[in-house]
Amino acid sequence: MNTAYQIVVCAGIVPDPLQTLEPITSAAGPALKNEMMLPAILDPWAGHALYEAANLAKHKTGSKVWLVSLGPKAKLQQVMMTVAQKVPFELIALDGPASGFTDASETANALADAIVAIPGLDKSKLLVFGGWESASRGAGVTMQTVGERLGIVDQFQGVDELKVNADGSLEILERIEGGKHQISKCAGLPALLGWATGNLPEPKNNPQIGMVNMRTVMPALQKAKPTRLAGEGLLFASVTLPKQLRETKIVKDKPTDDIAREIVEWITK
Amino acid sequence: MEALAETKSVASLQTLPGDDIRQLLWRFADRFELQMLVQAARNVARGPVARLVAQGGRNSHEWTPDKAALLPHFDESGITAVFLDPEQGGFIAGPKNLALALVAFELAWVDAGAATCSLAGNLGLSPIHECGIPEQRAKYINAAAPVKPGEKRRQVRAAFALTEPIPFAGVETGMLAGKVRVAEWKQGCEPMLQVDKRGRFITNMGFANVVTAAVDSDDPRIKGSCMVILEEGDPGVWDRGTPTKKLVHQLSSTNDPVFNLRVPASRIVGGYTVKGGILIPNYSHSEIIEAVFRRTRVTVGLMTSAKLLSAIEPVILYQRRRFRGGAGTPGTPRFELGIQQKEDALHRLVDIWATGEASASLGFAAARLFDELDPLEKEKNQWLADKQLAGRVALKELAKKQQEALELLRINSRPVGEREHKRAEELQADPLVRFVTLDSLANVLCPACKLWNTGHGANMMREAVSLMGGYGITEDCPGFLGQKWMDAQLEATYEGPEAVQRLQLSITMTTELFRAQFEQWIVEMRRMASSRPGTGACTLATAMQLWLWTLQRVQTATDADGAKLYHKSRQGVTFPLADALCWLLAARQFIFDVVELAAKGGENPVLADNLAGTVSFFTDLCHVQSARAAGEVGRVCAELVHGYNRHPAWDETSCHACYAAEELQTLEGIIPGIDGSARAYADVSEIREPHPFKAGPCARFDGLEAFVRLRTKLDGCLTGCRLAKDRAAEALTKVMTREALDYPA
Repeated sequence: MNTAYQIVVCAGIVPDPLQTLEPITSAAGPALKNEMMLPAILDPWAGHALYEAANLAKHKTGSKVWLVSLGPKAKLQQVMMTVAQKVPFELIALDGPASGFTDASETANALADAIVAIPGLDKSKLLVFGGWESASRGAGVTMQTVGERLGIVDQFQGVDELKVNADGSLEILERIEGGKHQISKCAGLPALLGWATGNLPEPKNNPQIGMVNMRTVMPALQKAKPTRLAGEGLLFASVTLPKQLRETKIVKDKPTDDIAREIVEWITK
Repeated sequence: MEALAETKSVASLQTLPGDDIRQLLWRFADRFELQMLVQAARNVARGPVARLVAQGGRNSHEWTPDKAALLPHFDESGITAVFLDPEQGGFIAGPKNLALALVAFELAWVDAGAATCSLAGNLGLSPIHECGIPEQRAKYINAAAPVKPGEKRRQVRAAFALTEPIPFAGVETGMLAGKVRVAEWKQGCEPMLQVDKRGRFITNMGFANVVTAAVDSDDPRIKGSCMVILEEGDPGVWDRGTPTKKLVHQLSSTNDPVFNLRVPASRIVGGYTVKGGILIPNYSHSEIIEAVFRRTRVTVGLMTSAKLLSAIEPVILYQRRRFRGGAGTPGTPRFELGIQQKEDALHRLVDIWATGEASASLGFAAARLFDELDPLEKEKNQWLADKQLAGRVALKELAKKQQEALELLRINSRPVGEREHKRAEELQADPLVRFVTLDSLANVLCPACKLWNTGHGANMMREAVSLMGGYGITEDCPGFLGQKWMDAQLEATYEGPEAVQRLQLSITMTTELFRAQFEQWIVEMRRMASSRPGTGACTLATAMQLWLWTLQRVQTATDADGAKLYHKSRQGVTFPLADALCWLLAARQFIFDVVELAAKGGENPVLADNLAGTVSFFTDLCHVQSARAAGEVGRVCAELVHGYNRHPAWDETSCHACYAAEELQTLEGIIPGIDGSARAYADVSEIREPHPFKAGPCARFDGLEAFVRLRTKLDGCLTGCRLAKDRAAEALTKVMTREALDYPA
């Protein structure tokens, strides 16, 4: 059974993790120092979702991928110069803040509104993908809220694998505790999948794909809908980066079992 | 007036310049295909290329499987196809000089050998691209596109074979040992040629399957030299030869091949005609080389620029972290700033950065110029073909256009109200007038970029290495600075070493058309200085004046023995002036780029927070670079203007203007004050001394007053340049960097 899917991937942008990320308090609340100047990348978790979406679409004739992204238009454009070369998609750009300090609920509402507005959207063919986590401040609720707003009740989080069975049902592997996966079957669409890492490598840049995508990316950026996130009632008591810990020990001629034991003790303490 | 003048409290540089800044500086903010290309090339450079370098992939002369594994990366990322038009399998329409320049820059940011490897394929096909007949283009250039899934064909990977074992083709490209003879010429059939060529230092030869080889006729039935296309599989000897034992650019394959092959005459690049039983190639090898190298040399120049700019961040990180081990306490200047507490370390880094920016500005300006020139050149060729003009007659026609171009420059130099607008419009609309104007610039900018970017760039790379201490000359130095320093020496050498570039400049910089434009540039720089006083534009304008004065002087002057100064064999005069011009051109273009950033940066909201700080910092860098250029120009010009006059000796002729102290004492009673005046303006022999203790009477400046005035003015124009350097240095202590480089070491 060949189903032509409509796959909508929600993907934000985050500062390049190699950059120095220094929290500051701006007039608008918490921010990162020089945030606008820092090079941005597609949120890696959402990136996995995008690559999985493209792979699924490639194998299901007639399928199409949309990328819905909320971020400052100019920064989105820079990120698209790389992402658009990876896989085919149509961009739906929302011009608004991409900071990790926005309210997840407001972000989800904006994304859901944008998805609803996609012309010809057919919920019986709809798969909504996104990142289970985020490389910025992962609130962990954005995708769930998007699903709620769209009325999608079949939601899966921490997804590492999606198989389409012969009867059209979906078999989904979700991460659970203890390094194990929970296998679920989903009989029909629509469904929402918050991806963990998936199993696909990052596609290489392909300028031919880029040139095709750019036919829709540039107009989409030009007509990106200004999206204001009020952030009302949101208060950050404090903001800190995860503590960096460096404990170096020089050992010589120590059996590997002992080293492994020591590492396990260090992790679990 | 939008002033960028030095002020006490200016915004400071907050982050290192990112893509948004670069796109504005180098004028591709509106070209998304180039922005994508940059990201694609960067991904390859800082991914597989960097990993290979870090793993020690450079430590062999041979073309290894690991090195060969880079080729699919070049293919998949679009780097291989940059050179091609969309209908040939490429993805960029129109001229591609800027695109190729950006690829070279991105790859050389990590390893210039990888850049050479990717670009040498284009170089190998360039003779066909520039001069080939349509059939040759269709066959070889289309086949250079990466093979698509399901496609069954052999991808053409080309090499360019010009250089030969010493003492043949190399610096003197006209001397060819490679020969071509008629092997067989049956009545009514295409002649078969026997090509005998030994190459030296041929890039891509470890894997190339097509070679464009420069050969000379060894047969009275073939006239002159030509380039011939050789294919792997042609009957005869196709020996890739041994790998060249080069010390640099180890990620590119370089061999010394041997060819003795039989090929049809249709392989002559650009085709041939037959007159009176003589086969006459349509293009000599030197004509083809000229067309090819004038474009590809720019990309080589930009490789060294990339190295310099890539060195900034590793050096800053090293300087700041140098003292963080052991007992250092966070928050103390020693811990936070490390070596950046020392002014010298900062000033030297400012010099490296300023050089990198100026050389990149010059290189990308040259690349853009060729993008503009390429379609005009095609129009010119078509115009000449339509009129059936060739050889000297064609040159004569173009000389007329040069006169018209000069006329246009003259009109435009007049005040707006006094211009003959109708005539100006008419001349501006003539593509040939535009062609000859831009061509005169390209003939200067291309060798200037190749010469200065690589030559002076190599010197500054050494400086960058020295700033890393002993770390700099290790294999695991972050940013691979030691390897980049070594590599820069090859960039200064291949595709025409420094002497070749200086020789070309010594001719092209003296053309009437270039000089007329240069004169206008001086006026333009003064205007720029008026609106952007902190850029050093005024200093540069004076230096340009001094250079022009010196050029005009040496073109007519003779030395102390009456020999002409400006002569092709007198490279002690012509070459230093060529060097000096390069400094001016680079600093000038850097100023233009920063002005562009200041003007357009506000349109990009991403830059809003940091634009003022970045522009302020770059303005100071411009000032530093302009002052450095002015210093070089002043030194060179003074040596040339004074250096060929013989120093006066203590002889009768020179001493007639000297005074004796006794004589002055006597005269002091009659002319009060003469003793002091004479000592100030002439030489005085003290009592019982034949003459003062020095080489001779001081040299006089008769006829050189204008030069002396300009030189003194230039010294004064340096006012403030060290304050700019101090500000730039301070900015280096505050700028935010990454936690780590984005490629391994």
